[in-house]
Amino acid sequence: MDLAWTQEQESVREAFADFFAKEAPLTRLRAAEPLGFDSDLWHSAVQTGAITMGVPESLGGGDASSLDLVLVTREFGRHLAPIPYVEATAAVDVLAAAEAGHRFIAGIAEGQILPTVALRPAIGGVARLAPAGAVADLIVALDGSELVVVTRSGSKPYAASPRNLADSPIADWDLRADSQERVVLAAGAEAQRLHGRVVSLWRLLTGAALTGLAAQALDIGVNYVKNRQAFGVTIGSFQTIQHRLADVTTAGDGTELLVYKAGWARDEDPVHADALATMAFLAAADIAFRTCREALQFHGGYGYTLEYDIQLYWRRAKAWPLAIGSSPREYQILAAQLWDKTASDDGTEA
Amino acid sequence: MEFKQVDAYRDYRAAAKAWVAANVDPQWRREQELTGSAHTWELHRRLAADGFLGAAWPKEYGGSGVDQGLAVAVFQEISKAGMLLDAWSSTLMVLSTVLQVGTEQQKRTWLPAAARGEMLVALGYTEPGSGSDAAAAKTRAIKDGDEWVINGSKMFTSNAEVCTHVFLLCRTNPDVPKHHGLSMLIVPLDSPGVEIRAVHTLGKITTATFYTDVRVADANRVGDLDGGWGVIRTALMLERGILSEAYTGSWADQGAQWARGVRRPEGGTLLGDLVVRDHLARIAIENEISGLLAARVAWMVQTGGMPGDEAAASKLYSTETGQRQLSSLRDLIGEESVLQGDDASDFVRAVDIAHRRSIVSTIGAGSSEVMREVIAERRLGLPRNRPGGGKKATA
Repeated sequence: MDLAWTQEQESVREAFADFFAKEAPLTRLRAAEPLGFDSDLWHSAVQTGAITMGVPESLGGGDASSLDLVLVTREFGRHLAPIPYVEATAAVDVLAAAEAGHRFIAGIAEGQILPTVALRPAIGGVARLAPAGAVADLIVALDGSELVVVTRSGSKPYAASPRNLADSPIADWDLRADSQERVVLAAGAEAQRLHGRVVSLWRLLTGAALTGLAAQALDIGVNYVKNRQAFGVTIGSFQTIQHRLADVTTAGDGTELLVYKAGWARDEDPVHADALATMAFLAAADIAFRTCREALQFHGGYGYTLEYDIQLYWRRAKAWPLAIGSSPREYQILAAQLWDKTASDDGTEA
Repeated sequence: MEFKQVDAYRDYRAAAKAWVAANVDPQWRREQELTGSAHTWELHRRLAADGFLGAAWPKEYGGSGVDQGLAVAVFQEISKAGMLLDAWSSTLMVLSTVLQVGTEQQKRTWLPAAARGEMLVALGYTEPGSGSDAAAAKTRAIKDGDEWVINGSKMFTSNAEVCTHVFLLCRTNPDVPKHHGLSMLIVPLDSPGVEIRAVHTLGKITTATFYTDVRVADANRVGDLDGGWGVIRTALMLERGILSEAYTGSWADQGAQWARGVRRPEGGTLLGDLVVRDHLARIAIENEISGLLAARVAWMVQTGGMPGDEAAASKLYSTETGQRQLSSLRDLIGEESVLQGDDASDFVRAVDIAHRRSIVSTIGAGSSEVMREVIAERRLGLPRNRPGGGKKATA
């Protein structure tokens, strides 16, 4: 085991830490609400090559490792950047993995196509509450026994987002609606396998985004308790506050390591990669929300107001992981991945 | 960054397993569980005879010349077999400290004796009136010629009943701030005036030790006069390093294996039960994180780093989650989980013993509360909460 970053990994991390710090300040996030999508920021991100960096070089991508994607996604999460970075990256990955998807990659790399994925199988041809469903031009979805790519064009947003906790551009997507193009990527078992691949990468990257979110929420909380005075002292000197922040720091550090391990395993330890991605996702969802909750609590009444930034983190820490469905169901999927000989991704015992 | 799991002692694994198979009687583990003792003399003698105790030390200080890798693998296999070697662990910690700060004479006397299996050292830090605040120790040592005269008492002097010596934290100067008036003395436990009383606990047996006009030579002082706090910090750091390997568990997999073997009246096994699966999956994530936090400490040590708040985080997370996991496993097992000894199945017995022993894991070697203070201060930069070290111990 070696926990040191390589020079290359360190420069990837720094480059995207700088990019998101400069291009995605929270003022821009607030301005993008309630839709939760900033088209200019999306195009800036495309120009850095971030969206296609995981794609093989032969297909015009950056050939980045999964761990590189994790590092970039952590910085995305730290800044709550109002772009569907995780879904787009997962979509691009599966398009590159299936030959019928290759022809879309150039358009994505050039910024003409914004791709997303449906995490749950479509019901009656509709991908319910699809991530970025209001603004994406392309969706990869499991429709019956087929994994399909559906594309559309026109003016954005394509649909109104229902009001939602995180101000995310989620929307239902009717895969069978008129004036859309539909391409079958795979059918049957291969469709299931590829969809499992998309979902697993989404879990890994959402875990990474949530650990970035948690790290920033912790900084906000610690900074607040260092400055806020009550009863004539800094509230950060109170033992209750110190101990509770120490607990979320500890679990946060461990979860960050788990996300890195899951990222490493996706390239180097395929046997354990899916279970590790699910673990990283669930651990990150748990600690991100707990961290936000504690940091918000220590703001006192100000934490309850929309004026302070901690609420931006609190809402997304709860909402982001729920895009895939209920969390108890995710724990059942993990149990199947760990202890059933032939685990299928829907949580049932084989 | 990479997470490849390499068994650094792979080449020694087979030989180590063979040694354990030939030398460790499986009955000894049950004896330790029943008596609460964490030491087995026969095992200790065999380890000494084959040179494993002194494998890490230089030849002039009792080093046996036995391959260190083989020795490490043997100790790992003994631990895997469920045997406790607590008296040797404390001895190793103390003598590693002696190797760093002791005199030439001390190294030439004590290390070879320990390597021969003739010296075991218990830790004498905690007192009836001072646990986490170890520097508040009141056990008094007063100089009389070349000797110290000791009066006081120590609590949780674990394994004193089998040890030959105690590593005693003594107040040698009451007139300075508490951290600056302490010295460390190695005291033979057969000295006149030493009394050892058993203290029974939820888990392992321990002792209280009492010192009445106990005389010990100044040559037995480890480190500088009144510099005992620095010595103890070295020892504590070694302790956390040694313990980090212990802060990993696999209760999720053990629980799954157990649940797979329990048939449900309604058909199938308990591993098909959604509630059981949910609990075990949550434990699995905690096991993974515990392993990674411990691995971070080990990696820092290997690469020359000095784990501070990282060691505290590893200890805090692993012991707190470990204790909760065992409570949760008992809840899953249900009514059978209260059974002990021969009436319990192997898994129930393992959970029962581990659960009871785990109670002290969040208290000893730096309580969870102290670990949280360390993290809050060093990692988060929050103001120091405990009263400073400026007060005199006797105040």
